[in-house]
Amino acid sequence: MDEVEQMLTEVAEKNREGNIRIPSGCAVCGYFSKKGRALPAIDAVDAMSYMHDRSNGLGGGFAGYGIYPDFPDHYAFHIFYDNERAREEAENFLQIRFDISNMERIPTRKVYGISGAPLIWRYFGRLQPEIEAHTELDEEEYVCQSVIHINTKIKGAYVFSSGKNMGVFKGVGFPEDVGEYYRLGDYKGYCWTAHGRYPTNTPGWWGGAHPFNILNYTIVHNGEISSYDANRRFMEIYGYKCTLLTDTEVITYIIDYLHRKRGLTLPDVAKVIAPPFWSQIERMDAPEREKLTTLRNMYASLLITGPFSIILGYTGGMMALNDRLKLRSMVAAEKGDVTYVSSEECAIRSICPEPDRIWSPAGGEPVIAELENREGGGR
Amino acid sequence: MVIDAKNMNYQTLDRLVKDSAERDIVIENVMGQRYIAAGAKGKNIKINGIPGNALGAYLNDCMIEVNGNGQDALGDTMNAGTIVIHGNCGDTAGYGMRDGRIFVRGYAGYRVGIHMKEYGEHIPAIVVGGAAGAYLGEYQAGGVIVVLGIGSEDRQCVGDFTATGMHGGKIYVRSRFVPVDLPAWVEAHKVTDKSELEPLVREFCSYFPYDADVLLSHDYFVIAPTVSKIYKTMYCNRPV
Amino acid sequence: MIEYIQPEYEAVRNKDLCIKCKACVRQCANEVHIYDKERDMLYADNSKCVNCHRCVTFCPTRALKIVKTDHCFKPSANYTKEVIYDIYRQAETGGVLLSSMGTPKDYPVYWDKILINASQVTNPSIDPLREPMEIKTFLGRKPEKIEYNPDGSLKVEKFPNLELKTPVMFSAMSYGSISENAHICLARAAEELGTFYNTGEGGLHEDLYKYGANTIVQVASGRFGVHAEYLEAGRAIEIKIGQGAKPGIGGHLPGSKIGPEVSRTRMIPMGTDAISPAPHHDIYSIEDLRQLVFGLKEATDYRKPVIVKIAAVHNIAAIASGIARSGADIIAIDGMRGGTGAAPSRIRDNVGIPVELALAAVDSRLREEGIRNNVGIVAGGSVRSSADVVKAIALGADAVYIATPALLALGCHLCRSCHSGKCNWGIATQRPELVKRLDPDVGYKRLVNLVNAWSHEIMEMMGGMGINSVEALRGNRLMLRGIGLSQKELDILGIRHAGE
Repeated sequence: MDEVEQMLTEVAEKNREGNIRIPSGCAVCGYFSKKGRALPAIDAVDAMSYMHDRSNGLGGGFAGYGIYPDFPDHYAFHIFYDNERAREEAENFLQIRFDISNMERIPTRKVYGISGAPLIWRYFGRLQPEIEAHTELDEEEYVCQSVIHINTKIKGAYVFSSGKNMGVFKGVGFPEDVGEYYRLGDYKGYCWTAHGRYPTNTPGWWGGAHPFNILNYTIVHNGEISSYDANRRFMEIYGYKCTLLTDTEVITYIIDYLHRKRGLTLPDVAKVIAPPFWSQIERMDAPEREKLTTLRNMYASLLITGPFSIILGYTGGMMALNDRLKLRSMVAAEKGDVTYVSSEECAIRSICPEPDRIWSPAGGEPVIAELENREGGGR
Repeated sequence: MVIDAKNMNYQTLDRLVKDSAERDIVIENVMGQRYIAAGAKGKNIKINGIPGNALGAYLNDCMIEVNGNGQDALGDTMNAGTIVIHGNCGDTAGYGMRDGRIFVRGYAGYRVGIHMKEYGEHIPAIVVGGAAGAYLGEYQAGGVIVVLGIGSEDRQCVGDFTATGMHGGKIYVRSRFVPVDLPAWVEAHKVTDKSELEPLVREFCSYFPYDADVLLSHDYFVIAPTVSKIYKTMYCNRPV
Repeated sequence: MIEYIQPEYEAVRNKDLCIKCKACVRQCANEVHIYDKERDMLYADNSKCVNCHRCVTFCPTRALKIVKTDHCFKPSANYTKEVIYDIYRQAETGGVLLSSMGTPKDYPVYWDKILINASQVTNPSIDPLREPMEIKTFLGRKPEKIEYNPDGSLKVEKFPNLELKTPVMFSAMSYGSISENAHICLARAAEELGTFYNTGEGGLHEDLYKYGANTIVQVASGRFGVHAEYLEAGRAIEIKIGQGAKPGIGGHLPGSKIGPEVSRTRMIPMGTDAISPAPHHDIYSIEDLRQLVFGLKEATDYRKPVIVKIAAVHNIAAIASGIARSGADIIAIDGMRGGTGAAPSRIRDNVGIPVELALAAVDSRLREEGIRNNVGIVAGGSVRSSADVVKAIALGADAVYIATPALLALGCHLCRSCHSGKCNWGIATQRPELVKRLDPDVGYKRLVNLVNAWSHEIMEMMGGMGINSVEALRGNRLMLRGIGLSQKELDILGIRHAGE
């Protein structure tokens, strides 16, 4: 490597997510079939193109659920590699711990506007029975720790998707180009979320794009939160490591913590992270007032301030949520069994011209869509 | 002139609108294009579809009619003219507007009429047919906002934190539910003189199929500041 | 309530020199000087004195001087007199402490810890009096691509730029916070100097539209006086996101300053408070900034460069990078030591970072990302002399904004009482009898003198470095050395220590 290249690499490394904090704005969109019907991914790609000006070509991505019906019970690992050496190392690590049923390069096509792509592979695997028998962690926690290990310990490897029967497809570029790059026309699922990113500098790194994923949770997010470090330092008490220094990462961990680990319902998770003001709480009926006071008091450090609109994807459901001041725009719609959410109405109209109902959710009011039959397409 | 905006980027569309020698323009298949008619004057524009953010920003004496919903920042810093929305509108409609009229048939989002002003003859107005979101009339410094609350007769039709920072102008609401969280420096009264309200309601009904006499026969309350210098007592001079 | 606060300054009258002409009584809008007819004597109510030197300047026999009181508390390095008095005042009023002009606190002034280079032997210095010396500056976005047309002429996409005869502009001060005469001085001086002044957020008085070619019109969160003619009137449009003296908060011109002319220009009723919200309520995120930038460009047919002015805050480099990608043509960075017509004291004295560090961080980051050429950078917030200008340009600025030096040129004595509205020098006031004290014919000339003198000095320093064109100074950090700075500070400034 000559000196100039060395220098550029160092600069890129220094400015990469995880080494500095990169605020960014964005566009988000998602749709969900409550009957578990397989909806085409390409609609999400089209919808994002109508919000082109909300992104700046430095990040786009999609998450789909129910997309791997052939491997419904396998963890689908999507991994970026900077080089073949990183791939060998990560594959060795995975094969010791998982029975890998299938591994392949994720199919892509050449697209103008997408360059500097890493090697992109996917693996379908199940935890090896003897590990499952001996580990003190529960299975999900074990998978989670394995992902964190690869991402922090294996240089040049980054797991960007690790759930079951779901997958994240993301990269540096405009979302519509990223969608074409991953040949998303070939995918169908009961839920899709999408993101166009507008970071305030060049990450030049594919891992920094959204959606952010851990196990089955994915988050796309628009806005820059002001409470970041208060939230991060609280989450680190409970063993989470915020390595990317992004809002999305910490929001995902907060939801993982409250929903998966603490067992709060999603409407209550929304009440923790985007609670009503005390003046509003004081006017509520006694039981509700008591409940909100308890939640706000107990999880005070998980209140998120500053503008955000997020779409959370999880197995069998999707939740959209705005900050309590509603500083970011969010529109929701329904048509038949499909729920749509988006930063702008035009994106919804582009794929669903005549919805049955279209509305703007209030700040802090979650829009939740779940499968009517959890045993159906969701599994 | 008819413009088919299908798959047209906003710069091309906005250029066509501004450069049009014809006064009457119909735009079909609009889907999210921003800044339509920003700073435009002397045009009569019909929009079929969903115009993007900042429709009619810095608008002068134009008439814009939208057959569809409006997105955010509609009529931002608008100067004159009329915008009619045959649907709902997004957040921050009429931010800082100083004259002209905005009529929305359905509901309106958060922060409608934020920092609206007035000066001399220039008194802007926004009329919302349905309900309005939180922070209605935030920092309002002048002008008139009317919320008719059609379809919300049985409940409060303005959101929380209405009139936060309001220090001028008026908010008329056709409802009996007065918000309990109004700031200390504004007051709500039952409307006895509807002379200011009447022409606005009649104009609203000229665009949408409602009966002005019926709407005007109902009870309204009006929110207005009691003092124009709300921050007078907030500061003190530092001694050294 | 008992008044605990004692006068800080004393007007001392030399009775041997005083001829009882009462000029001091007439000149002081604060009513410090009082003539007792019965006893035929002049005395002073020192509690009203703000130490603005108006009476001293106008005393024909030089019988007056202002001294700092030696009245004192028991010394404490922690509970100083300032701290004690602030507490007394707040206990008395329950109010938020209000101050004016730049912070008096003892924060490092990095300009004074940076030294400029000169040529000796190895390359020649240049004599600016006899050799050409260029300081003309273009501010704005530069094209990325260049091609040839078949006829050999160049094919480039042109972006609107500002052309400055000298890299010094007058930064934003609104009509309302300063007087009409002060605005006239700035406008006329900008025209004669071939540079720009900035309307601030109070709109543009119609008498000043004729100076439009040298005017930057500002759009701030209050949107006062913003309409199509206003946007058209200026040569460039500045979106004010923040101000160095009060990052993160809005503005508030008290109703008492909204007389008939200010009311007409701001387009709000007389006597009501003019409130600028803390944020632009159509900008809650970086992509919204793009929406406002392009909204303004659409409204003015892409003919005017758009400046985005931000206060220097912790994450400034990333923020500036985002702005550079939002269609802005110029980024103006305002440091924490910058002035203000009124700001809550605690904000002014505690929020933000110095402009030198902010400027260096932004310039470095934009270069690392390859987008420095997409935007111009203007540094402001305590640029006090031509040496500061040279250092700012060498750190990476294209030009600087000055405001306090311009006010000083007009007669300001930095009494830091602008918020009282009783400026004895006719600058920060709307009272007609005070405004007329500032003669535009004299004031504008003093501004022209000041900037011309600085331009000469800039050329002298450039010549000394062997540089005869200001673009060769821009970002030329090897021309700077730090003195008495830590390695961390040197790293952020991107300069070496003196002797290295």
